[in-house]
Amino acid sequence: MENFGYHTPASVADAAKLLDANEDAKLMSGGMTLLPTLKQRLAAPSDLIDLAKIPDIKGVCRDGDELVIGAMTTHAEVHENALVRELIPGLASLAGQIGDPAVRHRGTIGGSCANADPAADYPAGTLGHGATFVTNKRKIAADDFFLGLFETALEPGEIIVGVRFPIPVWSHYQKLRHPASGYAVVGVLVAQTKSGVRVAVTGAGPSAFRATAMEEALAKDFSVKAIEGITVDADDLNNDIHASAAYRAHVVTVLAKRAVAAR
Amino acid sequence: MGQFGIGQPVRRKEDVRLLTGKGQYTDDVNFDGQTWAAFVRSPQAHAKILSIDTSAAKAAPGVVGVFTGTDMKADGVGTLITDVEFKDLAGKDMFRPKRDFMTIDRVRFVGEIVAVVLANTQAQAKAAAELVMVDYDGLPAVGSTAFAASPDSPVIWEEHGSNVGIHWENRPEAEIDVHMAKAKTRVTVDIVNNRVVPNPMEPRCAVSKWENGELTMYAPTQGGRRIQQGIAKIVMNLPADKVRIISPDVGGGFGIRGKLYPELGVVAWAARKIDRPVKWRGDRSETFVSDYHGRDQINHAELGLDANGRVVALKVRTIVNCGAYFAENGPRLPINGGGRIIPGVYDIENFYFSVRPVLSNTVPTDTYRGAGRPEANFLMERLMDAAADATGLARDEIRRRNVIKPEQFPYRTQMGMLIDSGDFIGNMDMAMKAADWAGFDARRAESAKRGKLRGIGLSNFVEPSGGRPTEEMRIAVSPEGKATVYAGTHSHGQGHETVWAQLLESFLGIPFENVTLVQGDTKIMPKEAAGTFGSRSSWMGGVGLQRSAKRIVEKGTKIAANLMQSEPEKVSFDAGVFRAGTSSVTLAEVAKASYEPKNLPDGMEPGLDESYFLKRDPEEFNYPNGTHVIEVEVDPDLGKIEMLNYIAVDDCGKVLNPFIVHGQVYGGVAQGIGQAMTEMTVYDDEGQLVTGSFMDYGMPRAEHLSMIDALFNEVPCKTNDLGVKGAGEAGACGAPGAFVSAVCDALKGYGIRHIDMPMTPDRVWATIQKAKAGKAA
Ligand SMILES: Cc1cc2nc3c(=O)[nH]c(=O)nc-3n(C[C@H](O)[C@H](O)[C@H](O)COP(=O)(O)OP(=O)(O)OC[C@H]3O[C@@H](n4cnc5c(N)ncnc54)[C@H](O)[C@@H]3O)c2cc1C
Repeated sequence: MENFGYHTPASVADAAKLLDANEDAKLMSGGMTLLPTLKQRLAAPSDLIDLAKIPDIKGVCRDGDELVIGAMTTHAEVHENALVRELIPGLASLAGQIGDPAVRHRGTIGGSCANADPAADYPAGTLGHGATFVTNKRKIAADDFFLGLFETALEPGEIIVGVRFPIPVWSHYQKLRHPASGYAVVGVLVAQTKSGVRVAVTGAGPSAFRATAMEEALAKDFSVKAIEGITVDADDLNNDIHASAAYRAHVVTVLAKRAVAAR
Repeated sequence: MGQFGIGQPVRRKEDVRLLTGKGQYTDDVNFDGQTWAAFVRSPQAHAKILSIDTSAAKAAPGVVGVFTGTDMKADGVGTLITDVEFKDLAGKDMFRPKRDFMTIDRVRFVGEIVAVVLANTQAQAKAAAELVMVDYDGLPAVGSTAFAASPDSPVIWEEHGSNVGIHWENRPEAEIDVHMAKAKTRVTVDIVNNRVVPNPMEPRCAVSKWENGELTMYAPTQGGRRIQQGIAKIVMNLPADKVRIISPDVGGGFGIRGKLYPELGVVAWAARKIDRPVKWRGDRSETFVSDYHGRDQINHAELGLDANGRVVALKVRTIVNCGAYFAENGPRLPINGGGRIIPGVYDIENFYFSVRPVLSNTVPTDTYRGAGRPEANFLMERLMDAAADATGLARDEIRRRNVIKPEQFPYRTQMGMLIDSGDFIGNMDMAMKAADWAGFDARRAESAKRGKLRGIGLSNFVEPSGGRPTEEMRIAVSPEGKATVYAGTHSHGQGHETVWAQLLESFLGIPFENVTLVQGDTKIMPKEAAGTFGSRSSWMGGVGLQRSAKRIVEKGTKIAANLMQSEPEKVSFDAGVFRAGTSSVTLAEVAKASYEPKNLPDGMEPGLDESYFLKRDPEEFNYPNGTHVIEVEVDPDLGKIEMLNYIAVDDCGKVLNPFIVHGQVYGGVAQGIGQAMTEMTVYDDEGQLVTGSFMDYGMPRAEHLSMIDALFNEVPCKTNDLGVKGAGEAGACGAPGAFVSAVCDALKGYGIRHIDMPMTPDRVWATIQKAKAGKAA
């Protein structure tokens, strides 16, 4: 690890100032992804701007028909939070399936989504619930947020402050865990929301995506049978040593069916 | 026997220290003024080194020195050890390539050491290591075992002209073909025994200092004596007593911590070179590319059976991927380690086997928990399942018909090994009963209702244990009557602090808490110390202690006779007390007296301090064996396997401490299940290790395992006084065969007979799809 400057701003505005002032600075939330890359000397930022000391971007609250989760809320907090459990149990369950206990107690929703790992769970969680990212500059719908492999709509200097989840009628997450990392080989979130059925898939492709054919079928007939024959195109999916694209395509349907069956 | 005697489930003495952070590992050791080493490792699998430019690294902040293999060679450093020699049937020697501590003009695997940087801090050393400019001229690489053995493969060692080190055979194949031809049923299997990365919890580490013409080095080892000798002779050109190796607490051995690795040689050599202490702490990424790997075989085997399902002939062809060099034991594993015991618990008279150790652009393979025996047992058990399938006999029935029967012991195998004892039918009966094999069909039907495919599998195994044929143990009793064991064995997880104390309480009546273990320091360990590996310590260390204790009693008897004014012949000893008629003295009193010459018979040395050098016939082993049964459920839609139940029946002879042996069984089983289910080592076509971290390489976790019920079928070993058989490697031998058998049983409806390990969901699902397509076609 190279030396770096370390900052703990007390507000998002201060963090943004620091970020603008240092071209090679990096934000840090839980550090679960960032710190290993530093240790392995794969990255050498000049400065780390730790968001841990900013009080108002942590925790969960209800705002009308939405749950607002602060960017610095850990996976463990989301998993255990009473409001989340009551209003979006599918999301609480998703958070509880991330990695291992150590990772869940450090990793944050903001860090996870900013990182946009193709196998991370929150991309399916946010996309599937039709959530909105709130940054220091604007609001970005989850549908517009995940652009590709480790690629998001965030601009330089932009900081995720929180994520707003419309409270769904019902949602459920199904995941096939990678035996080593715990990440999703495939993860599928199915939600019945006020604006319709949403099916979001992670792990399978270069970036989380919505299985629109399944959404349409489920909108007409919310049953396992309705999506029995619907598969996503394997050509667009990841093919690696852990799982072939054909397998992933198959698993998307299996998990979607299991999610629907859980209704 | 009291609470702490032989056979009692005594809780481990060492655990409080280890679990409360009071253990002392090599990384806890620091020397004043030490420098830190960072290795420059090859990013390429196969390349010529055109030049190495160290100037920028040398000029970097804090750098004390940068050295290459050329520097070591100039100092007369030799090459690493390949402790294996074989000849083929025509008498031709095995090819033995030489490995420098740091490679000089060619790299042959990713991770091979090209240079070392020494700096004042670890961060400085690592940063400077990136500044060493190596000009590589890339060559085609080969990582795949099958491809390495084929004539089309790139050749790693041009001077040999082929990657195959030897085509070793136990006898001319034609001799067995005659018998095979008479078989009524013939079955063949082709199986891959997948490469695994051993991964002890403690990554490798070394810290050395050169002072007054002597080298002291701390490092995790499995006994230090051989490392000491290797470093002294090959690296330092010193007499062995000028090199001191100390292994404090060691976080796991598994066979691979017992080796003289190049890093150890470099750290030792560099301390003298720069005349400052040197420390190296390897990280997990280095573990993956520099610790020796395990397994990696391809087997083609054929079994011939008569009309009664009795085996008439067995033929096996093995290719083993030894990596870029033949490590200390590399090619020995499939030959002497495992190959010759392939017939396992079965009475098989006609056996042919051949081994081709191949070289490839991968990390060398060497001993790993079981060291050839898990591979051998796995192969035999797959053959037995295939034979059951072909003959229509039940899987246990085909085995019952072929196992060595009690009346055949001692049983001489066709490879000349003498199995002293065992109860192979009893193992199976016990395991099948505990697993409720008879009630399985009902459980299968219940699973089917939930859309799950349930399977049950069993595996027999036997694994010659004992390792090197010599060991030395010493017992010193203090004037207070407390004992110190100076062990030649080395505990790195096996619980010797506890078991050796139990033995001394049993042999000498010295209270358990008054026994201290000293081990792992070449300066104070017995001269003939060998160490711990190959499931040998209960036998070689335990019997060594028993004999040393006998000497303590013999000497004590003479002193006691003096003290009681009696004759030695009239003195008896029991539970720590010497008696003659109505008089008695305790061992503690005798010990105290032994340090005062006035109490001693004429000519007797003072003190109560005895050792024993135990030597056995190198071809003599003990034969732990057992039957393991696993029940699994397969989710056919995901190809995902869930382990439901595990019964391990082990005959490890007399059990010294069931609590500790259970621990050995659990750990071994976890490693066996890991190999069978999650541990996938992948080299790509460029020879890059794709699974080089815990994010990609699946170590077995609690969530992958079911509870394990470890039972004993104790048949005391007849060839040692304690009746013990090894216990450390059994789990790893039994688990893979039982696991694969169970999964294939679950999938038998698809006509699936075998799936190679690791049985990942992707692979299981693909196999099901293929089987379905084949059926439809
Ligand atoms: C062993 C292991 C297993 C894991 N398993 C899973 C799993 O099963 N499922 C899963 O989903 N994830 C998994 N993860 C990922 C983990 O859950 C974290 O979510 C992830 O590492 C990133 O979160 P973090 O808070 O640690 O972010 P950091 O590592 O601190 O940051 C990650 C990136 O995001 C940027 N960033 C951080 N916060 C913000 C912000 N507020 N605004 C803008 N940019 C920001 C940083 O600059 C950095 O580039 C695993 C991680 C590990 C180490």
